Amino acid sequence: MSAQGGITAALGNVSEDDWHWHMYDTVKGSDYLGDQDAIEFMCRNAPSAVYELEHMGLPFSRLDNGKIYQRPFGGQSQNFGGEQAVRTCAAADRTGHALLHTLYQRNIAARTQFFDEFYALDLIRDQDGYVLGVSAMEIETGRPWLFESRVTLLATGGGARIFRHSTNAHINSGDGLGMALRAGLPLEDMEFWQFHPTGIPEIGSLITEGVRGEGGYLLNKDNERFMPRYAPHAQDLASRDVVSRAIAQEILAGRGCGPHGDFVYLKVDHIGADTIKERLPGIRELSMQFAGVDPCEAPIPVTPTAHYMMGGIPTNLHGQVVAPERYGPEEGVPGLYAVGECACVSVHGANRLGGNSLLDLVVFGRAAGNHAIEYLRDNPIPRKLPADASDLAAGRLARWDRPTGGERVPALRAEMQRILQEHCGVYRREDLLKAGIEKLNGVEARLADAVIDDHSQVFNTARLEALELENLLPIARATLVSALARTESRGAHSREDYPDRDDDHWLRHTLYSLANDQLDYKPVRLKPLTVETFQPKARTY
Amino acid sequence: MRFSIYRYDPESGAKPHMQDYEIEFDPSGKKVLDALIAIKEQLDESLAFRRSCREGVCGSDGLNINGVNRLACVTALEGLKEPICIRPLPRLAVIRDLIVDMGQFFQHYRAVKPYLVNLEPEPENERLQAPEERAELDGLYECILCGCCTTACPSFWWNPDKFLGPAALLQAYRFIADSRDQATDERLDYLEDPYRLFRCHGIMSCVEVCPKGLNPTAAIGRIKALLVKRAL
Repeated sequence: MSAQGGITAALGNVSEDDWHWHMYDTVKGSDYLGDQDAIEFMCRNAPSAVYELEHMGLPFSRLDNGKIYQRPFGGQSQNFGGEQAVRTCAAADRTGHALLHTLYQRNIAARTQFFDEFYALDLIRDQDGYVLGVSAMEIETGRPWLFESRVTLLATGGGARIFRHSTNAHINSGDGLGMALRAGLPLEDMEFWQFHPTGIPEIGSLITEGVRGEGGYLLNKDNERFMPRYAPHAQDLASRDVVSRAIAQEILAGRGCGPHGDFVYLKVDHIGADTIKERLPGIRELSMQFAGVDPCEAPIPVTPTAHYMMGGIPTNLHGQVVAPERYGPEEGVPGLYAVGECACVSVHGANRLGGNSLLDLVVFGRAAGNHAIEYLRDNPIPRKLPADASDLAAGRLARWDRPTGGERVPALRAEMQRILQEHCGVYRREDLLKAGIEKLNGVEARLADAVIDDHSQVFNTARLEALELENLLPIARATLVSALARTESRGAHSREDYPDRDDDHWLRHTLYSLANDQLDYKPVRLKPLTVETFQPKARTY
Repeated sequence: MRFSIYRYDPESGAKPHMQDYEIEFDPSGKKVLDALIAIKEQLDESLAFRRSCREGVCGSDGLNINGVNRLACVTALEGLKEPICIRPLPRLAVIRDLIVDMGQFFQHYRAVKPYLVNLEPEPENERLQAPEERAELDGLYECILCGCCTTACPSFWWNPDKFLGPAALLQAYRFIADSRDQATDERLDYLEDPYRLFRCHGIMSCVEVCPKGLNPTAAIGRIKALLVKRAL
C-alpha cells in the first residue's frame, strides 16, 4: 500500500508503446529467470487491468489530453532495448495508497464481509491435499476460529522484515508463507530479494524510483554522477539490482557520503520545486519527516534497502498454488490460491522491475478470482473437515501460554534481522551464508524456550509478534538455504564467489521445503503463450 | 525520557489509569512510535498499540499525544514536553490501552457510499479527465482514515452516532468532486440532514490535527454551498 511510483502498462499515452516491449523488458529485468508464459499473460493484460482500475475510480494523475499520466521507470525500453519508454501509470507518488483505497471502496460497494483484525494461523488441509479453509484468531478477544471454505486465497504480502533494514511495514512478516511451509508446501526462488537502491538510511522508508523517473540522479561524495560508469545507456534508470550494486560498490570504494560514508545522495532539486510538489508530494513529505531534508533544496540521503521478495508460494497463471506432489513436478493444490508478493508465478524472476508489482497483483488477483469461480462451480459440495483441523493452530496458541521466565521475542527477532542483513545482503558468499545458517540454527533453538509475559486474551500484541516470528524464521531459513545452493549470480542474487550467470545449470527455480531443508528444482518456462521465446543473453543497461 | 501512558486491560479488572515510564532514549531524529516500541520491547511488553507502515500511510497509529491527535510514527519526539502524555484517540470505546474501537468511524465512512458511481457503459480505454478536473481531487483522496480529525471534533463528541464527522464528509466530497461520478444528487440528498452534515460548526479542529495536511472543513463548506445552490 505504500507503493509510490505506479503501475506499469503499455498504454502508450506518452510515448509509443507495445506490450511486447514491456514483456521483453520484464524478461530481461528478471535476468531470464521469469516464466515467459506468465510474463506474456501479465503484460498483455496490463492495459485492461489499468483501465479497469480507472473505471473503478482510481484517481490517476492526468495528461493534458485527459488520459492517464505515465512516467519513465527503470528498465523500460521501446523496441526491445531501444530508447527509454514511459510506461508507469501514476497517481502522483501515492499510487499504492490510491489503489488500495479504490479496491477497498469497491469492496464496500460489493458489500464484502471483512473479518478485520483476525489473524490467520494455519491452513486446513485434508488427506487428499484439499485446502478447506484456515484457522485464525480474533485479535480483539483472543478467541480461536475455524473458517471453513471451499476456496482460500492468500494475499498476505512479503516478508522483508527478515532484514534489519527494510522498506516494509511492521506487519510484513510473511504469514502466508509460514502457513504454506507448515502445510508441507514449498517456497520458490527465496534467494531473490530486491534491495531497493533508494531507502532512507537506518529508517528504511522508500524513496520511489519515480524520483529518478522525473529526472533525479545519484551522486557520490565527490559530487560525481556515478551511474553512467555502471550503466552507460540507462544510467540512473537501470534495473534496481544494477543500481543497488553500483551504490554498494561506491560505498565499498570509500566514495559514500556522510560521516560513516554509508550512503549516497539522490539529487532532484534541479527539476524545480513546482514539479516536485505536483509529482512527488509524498516523497517530499517523507524526506522532510525522516531524513530532515527538503528535496526542493537539498539532495536526499539514500542506501540500498531490502524491499521486495521475488520468490514466494509457487502459483500458475490462474493464481492457483502449485506444488510438486504425487503426480509430477507441478500440480494444483485444490482450493488454494495465492496472489501478490506472497506468490511466485513467476513474473519477476531474479529481479522485479519497478511498477510491475502492483500490476502482478491486479492481473493475477483477477485471474485467481475468475478461476475460483470455476472451481466453486466444479466443487459444489464442501468436503468434510479433518478431525485434527484445529490442532496445529491450537498448539501454536497454547505454546505461548507457557509461564514466564525465558528469552524474549524482540531480542530473537532483532538477532535474526542482523544475521540476514550481514550474511545475505546485496552481496553473498559461501562462507558467509554457511555461517549465517549456523547462527540462525542457534536462534531457532532458542525460540523453543522463548516466552511472553503478557497472557491477556484481549488484543495481545506481544503474542501476535511471537506468532509472526514463527513465520519470519522459516522464511529467513528458506532464504539462506536457497542462496547457498544457487552457485551463480543472477539478478538480485549476487555471489562474490560465483560472479557470473550460469544458464547451463541455473536456468531453473529453487523450491524450498521445511522438512530437512529440502531443495527441489523446476525448469524456467521459456516458452511464452503465443509469441517467440526471448532467448537468454547478456544483460546490460 | 519520561512518558505517561494510558493503560486499560478489561481482563485485569483494574480501572483505566495513567502509567509512568522512564527510558534511556536518544530522541534525535526519532518519532513517538520509536519510543513506544522501545518501551514495549525493553520495559513492558503488555503495552498495546496498533502500528504498521511506520511512515504515515496506513493510518493505524493515530493517538492523542500531549493533548493533540496525531500519528505516532510521524510525530518527532524532539520538542515534545515531558512527560510525554499518550492517550487513545478521544471519544471512542477503548479496547485495550491505546487501541480504540474504530467500528463507528468506519460505519460513517461506509454510509457516504465512498465509491465511484457511473452507470454509463465502460469505455474501451480510460475515462478522460482533464488535469484541472483531476486537481479537484487533490487534498481529498490522500486521506488515510486514521481518525485523528473525527475524534478531535467537538460535534462528533456530542453526536458520534448521528454526525458523520470530518473524515467521512471529506470522502463524501471526494466523490462529489470527481468529474467521473454521476451520483452527486443522491449524495447531496443523503447529506441534507440536520445531523449528518450540518452539525459541523466550522470549529476546524479537524484541519488543525490532520497529519496529511488536508482540510475537511473546506470540503464540508463546499458541500454546504452545493446544497444551497441546489435549493435556489
